[in-house]
Amino acid sequence: MTKATEGTMLSVRGLHVHLGESHVLQGVSFDVRAGGVTALLGRNGAGKTTTMRGLLGLVPRRGEVILDGEDISRLPTHEVVRRGIGYVPENREVFAGLTVQENLRLAERPGSRHHYDLVYELFPRLKERLKQRAGTMSGGEQQMLALARALLNDNRLLLIDEPSQGLAPYLVAELTEALARAAELVTIVLVEQNLRMVQRLARDAVVLDQGRVVWSGGAADLLGDGELTRQYLGVGVAKA
Amino acid sequence: MSTFILLTVTGLGLAALYFLVASGLSLIYGLMDVLNFAHGAFLTLGAYTAWVVVDATGSLLLGVAVAIAVGAVLAVLMETALLRRMYGSHVPQVLLTVGLLLAITALIRSIFGTDALQLATPEWMNEVTEILGAPIPNNRFVLIVTAVLVYLAMSAFLAKTRYGLIIRAGVENRAMVTALGIDVRRAFTLVFAIGGALAALAGALAGVINNAVSPEQGMSLLIFAFIVVIIGGLGSFRGSALAAVLVGLLQQYANFYGAVGAGDLIVVLMLAAILLVRPQGLLGRAAS
Repeated sequence: MTKATEGTMLSVRGLHVHLGESHVLQGVSFDVRAGGVTALLGRNGAGKTTTMRGLLGLVPRRGEVILDGEDISRLPTHEVVRRGIGYVPENREVFAGLTVQENLRLAERPGSRHHYDLVYELFPRLKERLKQRAGTMSGGEQQMLALARALLNDNRLLLIDEPSQGLAPYLVAELTEALARAAELVTIVLVEQNLRMVQRLARDAVVLDQGRVVWSGGAADLLGDGELTRQYLGVGVAKA
Repeated sequence: MSTFILLTVTGLGLAALYFLVASGLSLIYGLMDVLNFAHGAFLTLGAYTAWVVVDATGSLLLGVAVAIAVGAVLAVLMETALLRRMYGSHVPQVLLTVGLLLAITALIRSIFGTDALQLATPEWMNEVTEILGAPIPNNRFVLIVTAVLVYLAMSAFLAKTRYGLIIRAGVENRAMVTALGIDVRRAFTLVFAIGGALAALAGALAGVINNAVSPEQGMSLLIFAFIVVIIGGLGSFRGSALAAVLVGLLQQYANFYGAVGAGDLIVVLMLAAILLVRPQGLLGRAAS
């Protein structure tokens, strides 16, 4: 078994997930250093979202998930989250029938401070729309709400899945700056297809392919190497 | 005119019964994906508990209160001891809840006999009050007022309390509620307790308007409660209330102005029309 490196907050070892007949994750292992952003990259279907869901226990999984020295792989999802993990899912998954205020109230975790000041500083639009039903907001506003739910509590780690998906470029830029600010406060694992956002935010990168980790290291090393990005991600990255 | 008023009020009384049974059924399905056929057993148990207490003490109010408590406790026992192991497994759930319905009904039949038992109610409940010339039995008002109070209390609970928020969110997306660090199993148990209490209340009140309790009353009301749940929208509390009123009134009007039995037929036709035109029900959310 590989040992976790020093300064590691999250250590994943031999994570397996089966969904129906498919063996989606086939022994995924990687470390996340404390502080900053670690990008989880890979082509469509590589297993990035399943890894996030596996870490949280939202899908049946096998393997070790060590958070700050504690094995959380056998805990139910709500207990994993209570250890200080915030989750921003793909497609936002805000509660459409609840107002913005109710979505935030629901996210308040007992025993944690609730950082409404931070949330409203990062996303002032949410404060203006507290009484609005989340389902009637734009995609960008729903994304802000999904992030706000995760930032509201004292979290050690945020798992953020495809936050730029379906957003207009100016909203992606706004969101990137909000995430950069959040990354100063909490460690983030980010799944993202927008490599400009990854380039701006990520310190480390882990690349998945067909349910296995095929590369890990510094994000700049990966994104600065055209051959590597073409090989693992199937795209080139413009110089920043 | 007086006939129409009489039909409307008795239709609303029927709607009140349907609502009390269907609202719990709907929330249980919406939150937990459980089609709880044993709900009919809570209803019958509620009716017989009320009968036993009234027979022993003469107090209908006490009988109804004990019935509510028994319904809630048995629902919690069923959820925690049996059903909790079967979440996500639909066939075993259906087998279990249908089995419980049949077993509890058979148990009641073996203890109390197959004949209906007369439920003693206060004299004033069997008297009538005239409204615009229509003689309305007072027990219908009791039923309607009770259902309105339950609707208001449940609406306030769902809107104002944290558990209400968890239930509303859980009906939309249970996994995401869990991913916020919330143990939804507690909400499951609470919803089962509420559902059991409301079904038992409905059973006791059905005994009041019929002046009798019978082992089959749970099964017969359950069928219409399921129809109400589907028409209103699975998981929608307000939808259950709206559909209960529509079904109760339509049944009464059709039975009187149409042929005998037309009420049941028109309700089934309404169900078919809703399933064709708006499969998610009147106030339910379309599957994404």
